Amino acid sequence: MSNSNNGTIVTKGAKEDRFQGHDYYNIDELLEEDHLLARQAVRDWVKQEVSPIIETYAEKAECPTHLFKGLAEIGAFGPSLPAEYGCGGMDEIAYGIIMQELERGDSGIRSMASVQGSLVMYPIYKFGSEEQRRKYLPKLASGELIGCFGLTEPDHGSNPSGMVTNIKDDGDAYILNGAKMWITNSPLADIAVVWAKDESGKIRGLIVEKGMKGFSAPEIHGKWSLRASITGELVFEDVRVPKENLLPNVAGLKGPLSCLSKARYGIAWGVIGAAMDCYDSALRYSQEREQFGKPIGQFQLTQKKLAEMITEITKAQLLAWRLGTLANKGKATPAQISMAKRNNVNMALVIAREARQIHGGMGITNEYPIMRHMMNLETVLTYEGTHDIHLLITGMDVTGLNAFK
Amino acid sequence: MKLLVCVTKTPETTAKIAFTANGTAFDTNGVQYIMNPYDEWYALVRALELKEAQGGSVCLINVGSPSNDTVIRKGLAIGADEAVRINAEPKSSLYVAKQIANYAKSEGFDIVFAGKESIDYNGSEVSAMIAELLDVPFISYASHMELEGNVATVSRDIEGGTEVVEVATPFVISAAKGLAEQRIPNMRGIMMAKRKPLKVVEPIAADDLTEAVGYELPPAKSAVKLIDPENMDELVRLLSEEAKVI
Repeated sequence: MSNSNNGTIVTKGAKEDRFQGHDYYNIDELLEEDHLLARQAVRDWVKQEVSPIIETYAEKAECPTHLFKGLAEIGAFGPSLPAEYGCGGMDEIAYGIIMQELERGDSGIRSMASVQGSLVMYPIYKFGSEEQRRKYLPKLASGELIGCFGLTEPDHGSNPSGMVTNIKDDGDAYILNGAKMWITNSPLADIAVVWAKDESGKIRGLIVEKGMKGFSAPEIHGKWSLRASITGELVFEDVRVPKENLLPNVAGLKGPLSCLSKARYGIAWGVIGAAMDCYDSALRYSQEREQFGKPIGQFQLTQKKLAEMITEITKAQLLAWRLGTLANKGKATPAQISMAKRNNVNMALVIAREARQIHGGMGITNEYPIMRHMMNLETVLTYEGTHDIHLLITGMDVTGLNAFK
Repeated sequence: MKLLVCVTKTPETTAKIAFTANGTAFDTNGVQYIMNPYDEWYALVRALELKEAQGGSVCLINVGSPSNDTVIRKGLAIGADEAVRINAEPKSSLYVAKQIANYAKSEGFDIVFAGKESIDYNGSEVSAMIAELLDVPFISYASHMELEGNVATVSRDIEGGTEVVEVATPFVISAAKGLAEQRIPNMRGIMMAKRKPLKVVEPIAADDLTEAVGYELPPAKSAVKLIDPENMDELVRLLSEEAKVI
């Protein structure tokens, strides 16, 4: 490792990032000029800022916190929220494409942006007062403030309505008690959007600020996945949260679930990036690596893997594009988003495993991005609604019968 | 200060280079295009820095078909204020230079920027021709430039060193590595670029003095030949007759 002139750590001998996008069905023709420009900009940024350092940070299980500023500068925080709050004012397809390019770099980097944009800025924009919007959104967009989102609890993951975190009315404030688990960015976060039950059992959202007495955010160690992203808990012991920090415009589970729909939508696009990076690396390796006197890409079993990979990537791209056009019209249903999230994450994980095989022994080293993507995708398969829960959502949607309880 | 930046479209750096079957044209099949990096990273960004420091406006100019608009729009996203596309195929350096000089003359720019060369045809000709057609000074291969009032101090890369020259506006300058640093456009810039003017102007009649009649790829690298150490005569024969080095 060595220190570059801007003080960040660069992996010694980091290989040049030779990634090229893949578009087997000319889907670019369905995209607008600003989508293509956004993709190129984020791809350039990832090649410049993420690729040279990511293996080192992942290996050390350290979050490259200096990238928050860069993500903000490029406009990756809340790109589809209105420009008047310092955001991008772009459409949902642009947001998806940004997530795709970030996750092409690393799922952890994409998670940093997903959480800030979809799970912190979006609820403040959607459910916050005008005062809350003006107070927080421009600073979140510029990276001056980092946010996190507290819904999942140690005993309530797939069943968030069972949450025990609660608020009690105490004059000009609420008293918040409880704990949240698996919270991306929490140990670093300046603010947390926290979901808790009020005295009548209704789920409400609050903006909890770092430094409030009784609020702590310990880090979770020992992850074999999303190692370049920081994850923690949120612990609330009689935290007095001023009433003006309550999100006034939502009550009930639909508040957090609508945020998750946004984030899941971004994941459905994002994982295409991870899959494409694995495919791109495997395709190149299959042309360069020779066995039995010829490139391994000439063997039928390697071709089967590569052909299936590009087929599945193409299907995932079409699913994401169609979901994006529906989202732009405000017509993408949560169940449609579930289908795309589930299908595309699984697609990416299968491709990472197949790509690992094509790379042979080299595939397990950090000379190639494959194992890192594969380990990251194990998290992505579970967070933001597990692989199984999303299937049950589709099942419920088509049968009208609830298999959750 | 009115600044004009000439930008061209080039194949992406990893594009596979091929020519049409009869060898008279570049085969554009499957090729992706980018803005010429010398134009984008150095010429455009230095122009934007001058505008930010001293005020004024930055206009992009390109000679090409409507398919160039995405590349031009990227320049607007990076920060240029407006753009002009001369609606014509860029047939030769002189043809392009005549179109740009004609527009520049009518608008009156203080500085015309271009990259030191395009990374495809590598002519390094257009900017010098524009200067000649405008009858203004030309500074090539600029790696550093400071402006005081209307006098620029420019460092030029020369063989084995650096030459420092002074020049008063108006002038034409071609940008080399070092003149500025690449800027990646951000999402707000991309959205603002949608609303910036991209004017399309029809070309003027302009004669070419040259015509490209054929293109060839360099010969494919041949495999290494191994020669038995006992067979020195064969080695000498190959070096003499095939490699023609002795």
